[in-house]
Amino acid sequence: MGRVVLVTGVARQLGGRFVRRVQREPDVDRVVGVDVVEPEHHLGGAEFVPADIRQPDIAGVLAHHGVDTVVHMDVHGSQPAVPGTGNRSSVKENNVIGTMQLLGACQKAPSVRRLVVKSTTSVYGGAPRDPAVFDESTPAKSMPSGGFAKDAVEVEGYVRAFARRRPDVSVTVLRFAHVLGTCVDSPLAAYFALPVLPTVLGYDPRLQFVHEDDAVEVLRQAAREPRRGTLSAGTFNIAGDGTLLLSQCARRLGRPTVPMLLPAIRWGRSLLQSVGATDFSPEQVRLLTHGRVVRTTQMREVLGFEPRFTTGETLAAFARSRGKGLLPPETLARTVDRLATMVIPPREDGRQDEDQDQDQEAGRRG
Amino acid sequence: MADAKVIPFGSPDDGHERRGAHERRERPGERHLRAGPAGGDHGDERAHGGDRIDGDSTPDGEWERKTAQALAFLRRRVTGEYEVDDFGYDRELTDQVLMSLLRPLYEKYFRVEVRGVENIPDEGSALIVSNHSGTLPLDGLMMQVAVHDHHPAGRHLRLLAADLVFMLPMVNALARKAGHTLACSEDAEALLARGEAVGVMPEGFKGLGKPFSDRYKLQRFGRGGFVSTALRAGAPIVPCSIVGAEEIYPMVGNAKTLARLLGFPYFPVTPTFPWLGPLGAIPLPTKWTIQFGEPIPTDGYPAGSADDPMLMFNLTDQIRETIQHTLYKLLVRRRSVFF
Repeated sequence: MGRVVLVTGVARQLGGRFVRRVQREPDVDRVVGVDVVEPEHHLGGAEFVPADIRQPDIAGVLAHHGVDTVVHMDVHGSQPAVPGTGNRSSVKENNVIGTMQLLGACQKAPSVRRLVVKSTTSVYGGAPRDPAVFDESTPAKSMPSGGFAKDAVEVEGYVRAFARRRPDVSVTVLRFAHVLGTCVDSPLAAYFALPVLPTVLGYDPRLQFVHEDDAVEVLRQAAREPRRGTLSAGTFNIAGDGTLLLSQCARRLGRPTVPMLLPAIRWGRSLLQSVGATDFSPEQVRLLTHGRVVRTTQMREVLGFEPRFTTGETLAAFARSRGKGLLPPETLARTVDRLATMVIPPREDGRQDEDQDQDQEAGRRG
Repeated sequence: MADAKVIPFGSPDDGHERRGAHERRERPGERHLRAGPAGGDHGDERAHGGDRIDGDSTPDGEWERKTAQALAFLRRRVTGEYEVDDFGYDRELTDQVLMSLLRPLYEKYFRVEVRGVENIPDEGSALIVSNHSGTLPLDGLMMQVAVHDHHPAGRHLRLLAADLVFMLPMVNALARKAGHTLACSEDAEALLARGEAVGVMPEGFKGLGKPFSDRYKLQRFGRGGFVSTALRAGAPIVPCSIVGAEEIYPMVGNAKTLARLLGFPYFPVTPTFPWLGPLGAIPLPTKWTIQFGEPIPTDGYPAGSADDPMLMFNLTDQIRETIQHTLYKLLVRRRSVFF
């Protein structure tokens, strides 16, 4: 008798990818995908159950399929890609009430053995008085006052309460840094897709990314029996190695930045939204002001997960998938090289190969 | 160490000599290649060695080399292909730009004299504890330049700064890029665990914004949290005394209401500021001395002593006394405030 995995939020690209991946696991018998709307992508033969996790029916789904592993991915910052499904309040309802209902159903389902919740590093907030690098145990100095971050804090609260009530269930909370990839529709991805990036004048936040492949992989690893010497129950920060500054990201993506005064951004948010920044929420502004970096020692040492992509590689992959910006870095590099040959004409003697050395050196670093 | 002595260290001729020496020192592995037949595959390294040994420093070649370096730097900057660490420390920018901007202030304006910089260990973690003064935290920056330019192993000092630094726009971005981070035990522990040399000024705003009449009187050393952090990390504590910073902005008054209004811990009133406007914000050109003292080891204590308050108080006092006495000694030795 193999395992039965229930995945919520499969109408999203990441949820769909995870369903397709987890089905290939040898010990998984059946995968049940749950969402309000029918996913546009195929689920690789997994069973799709149209159910609203905000309704008590979800308990019936759990009991009917004899689910033993629940992967809750239906906590989102932005509205679903499908039109007509509401505004911020309905997103919040889906995040918070949906999690409550789902956890209530899990509590009543004796077959459930494992719960994996996709959370976010925004639960740490991010303020000037916070330490530079967040640990799993770092308390937020200033709690997120609203938006997705607050939802995530509340969701994690319910998950902790659930873990106390059902100590027999192994509960994993994965706090993801920003997931980027070819198909992920996150607010930050939408932001990076803008032709010109509005930034906060005088701030250069530090950012970390997770490649979507790594995100799917770590979810898969958390959803199964832990390997020897590792432990999957607990809370883990998930992020790629390394850190990038926003200015650096903009240069690597080839997108010019427009620094704006913080008050101007706060007032002009609605204007920006109409221009095309899909979700320029206060939380997004806060991220673009203070940034956020987490420590991933626990992920490596306890969960035993090594991301394949660093933060820089994730951004590079994302940049490739999104096409060139207005100021592609290759063009800029070529301009500088041309300038170099103009200023320092290559000579016949040893100087020339020194210049080449310089170029090669630049090439190595670049 | 032997060839570090070959380098004319405090040579008064020009700053470039010293900087060149420093750049070379950054790559300890290539240090010895310099004397041999230019073996390094590193273009500018070779150019350096060549200049030095056969005296082939035609102004033209020098200029070309510098331009090539500048362009390579520019290329990396515009394409974003440089590294920052988790704290946002941009080492390349600090080495090439920020330190160069501060160096004139350090060498020409305050004419800083550095003593005992070799007391900072060549490798491994160390906590440098210094007095704090001067209304604006220029002393921290000068200490950073001093370690950057003069330490035989070319160490980089990572300063711990007040939260106000990270609230101000522009300042916070620059501070992060220069390797500063928030003065909290989490960050300090993380940096020490990586084996960095961390600079801290435990007096904080109490020292920075003290009235002119209290100059060179050390204030309370916070709650001494820095000692327990160093003890946990087993990092030696290097006391540091800075003379000269007290007089750059003689603070004769404090506009407290204005300070509260602006959210600053104090609002300085000096003989020139704010009366002369921005002109009054020019620091006085005092002559500085930065003295690093003998390191105090912290690794000999039994486990759990970081939570022993008596030991913490004693160690804090010991460090405070050391810095205070060094300050007095340096003051007696000083001929005048400005020369």
